[in-house]
Amino acid sequence: MNINSSVLLSKYIKAYTLKMVSKAKASHVGGGLSISDILAVLYNNILYFDSQKPLLESRDRFILSKGHCCAALYATLALKNFFTLRDLNSFAQFGSNFMSHASHKVKGVEFSTGSLGHGLPYAVGKAVAAKSRNKKWEVFVLLSDGELNEGSNWEATLFASHHNLNNLTIIVDYNKLQSLTTVEKTIKIEPLKDKFEAFGCYVSEVNGHDHEELKKSLSKKNKKNSPKVIIAHTVKGKGVSFMENRVEWHYKSPDKDQLEMALNEIGVSL
Amino acid sequence: MRNYFIDLLTKEAKSNNKIMLMVGDLGFSVVENFKEKYPKQFINAGVAEQNMTGMAAGLASEKFHVFTYSIANFNTFRCSEQIRNDIDYHNYNVTVVSVGGGLSYGALGYSHHAIQDYALMRSFPNMTIYAPGTMSEITNCMKQIFRSKSPAYLRLGKTLPKNLKKLNKSNDQAPGKWTKILECKNRESRKCILTTGAVIDDAVKMQKKEEFSNYHIYSLPIWGMKYKTLQAQQINKWDEIVTLEDHLEDGGFGSYILECNSNIQTAGETKIKLKSLNKNVCNTVGDQDNLKEHFKFAH
Repeated sequence: MNINSSVLLSKYIKAYTLKMVSKAKASHVGGGLSISDILAVLYNNILYFDSQKPLLESRDRFILSKGHCCAALYATLALKNFFTLRDLNSFAQFGSNFMSHASHKVKGVEFSTGSLGHGLPYAVGKAVAAKSRNKKWEVFVLLSDGELNEGSNWEATLFASHHNLNNLTIIVDYNKLQSLTTVEKTIKIEPLKDKFEAFGCYVSEVNGHDHEELKKSLSKKNKKNSPKVIIAHTVKGKGVSFMENRVEWHYKSPDKDQLEMALNEIGVSL
Repeated sequence: MRNYFIDLLTKEAKSNNKIMLMVGDLGFSVVENFKEKYPKQFINAGVAEQNMTGMAAGLASEKFHVFTYSIANFNTFRCSEQIRNDIDYHNYNVTVVSVGGGLSYGALGYSHHAIQDYALMRSFPNMTIYAPGTMSEITNCMKQIFRSKSPAYLRLGKTLPKNLKKLNKSNDQAPGKWTKILECKNRESRKCILTTGAVIDDAVKMQKKEEFSNYHIYSLPIWGMKYKTLQAQQINKWDEIVTLEDHLEDGGFGSYILECNSNIQTAGETKIKLKSLNKNVCNTVGDQDNLKEHFKFAH
């Protein structure tokens, strides 16, 4: 499939995410929908890659730290021709590489994740490697908001800032809902922008579903000699009215009728 | 042991710019020379072992051979999930170097007793444990580590055996292979003490006692899940084996040897006895020698 518009790409990412999760009776569709616009902009407009050479040395590195939302990443990679859309049918099936947490055994996936708080330290290691070898490629890592409860993220942010890793972009999918309830009721993370700024990062806040805002902030030159943080305000379950902002869609998978309704709302038929 | 390790690493870094030494804000009077000679290959990750280990995986994914250096449990248990998921699952070339194996830092208390580390590290499928007990074993372990492309755990004790001259200095320590350290007077004896790690002195002391005077001393410095199938044949050569380790019995080296001997197809008649640290060591303060003596280690 050849899609050159990030908006159209994001619709297909959402549609395939819904279809994969529904077929596999898997979880985490809500978080997958909240990151679909971010993934679409990254893979359509920002990241440098060659889908036929997934390990191309000069590629930008993208790490999905919130590995439970991998269906959206797998869909993105298929839509960008790392493998076929038919391959997505094996998602979470016996013997498949497409496990329901991000797997490095899938072409284009840099790093297996699933336990939260692992992606950022790994991304920092890659950013150090690039600096140490004077490479121009950059590192992007996508974290969830609930994931920020993990202390390893703050260890990594301290380090990245201290070592002026301005080749690192941290994106926070801030959909305000975590596993059991809201972020606010679980462990408050506000004032989030101030926190990252206090750690020495160059921080911006965007609407994580506005492609122009995302493009602008992701491509904006890092004004500080420090990691860039983009706090992307998002909606869990974005694009499907009966899933939006509802914590149960962290777990539930849409049945056949719900899938049809959801695809209608997204405006894509598969 | 740690000074000798760092000397070997420094020599290797001269010709190998992929070597990266990361320390968890430890290594005073040990790592300075390396840092001075190869500042671009040295990172102090601060007191943050989870981040250090995750970063090590990231660096290894870009073809660095990373050594994470710390004391006792800090770079093993504190970051065990990073070792499990980030390093071992991805089969990255990271060597976790823990100084103060066993009771080396005995007087510093339980936080510094590395007496459950084998249990943790041997549970990872791609991990090779390197537990040298002599200078030549460190040399050989480091040769193997530099050659290897997969996860490694290097466990260093504080001291080297006192009676080095008598000991066999083998240059032939392949992974999973036992090495002869010291023969007993009765060369025909089919009994041995099998050690891993920095307990050679303890084995020599044991052999001096009448009860064990008829036991040869062997060591197995390089082991792990990958090398289990190599053990049965070596175990079956003996009538009796006494394993010796400065680690708790559960999940340790002796348990590993017992597991290797439990396969119905290969199990022989060898009698295996385990000698390890008494669990009450956890609640007692004292230096390594005092603690070993008090709890009758290797008696």
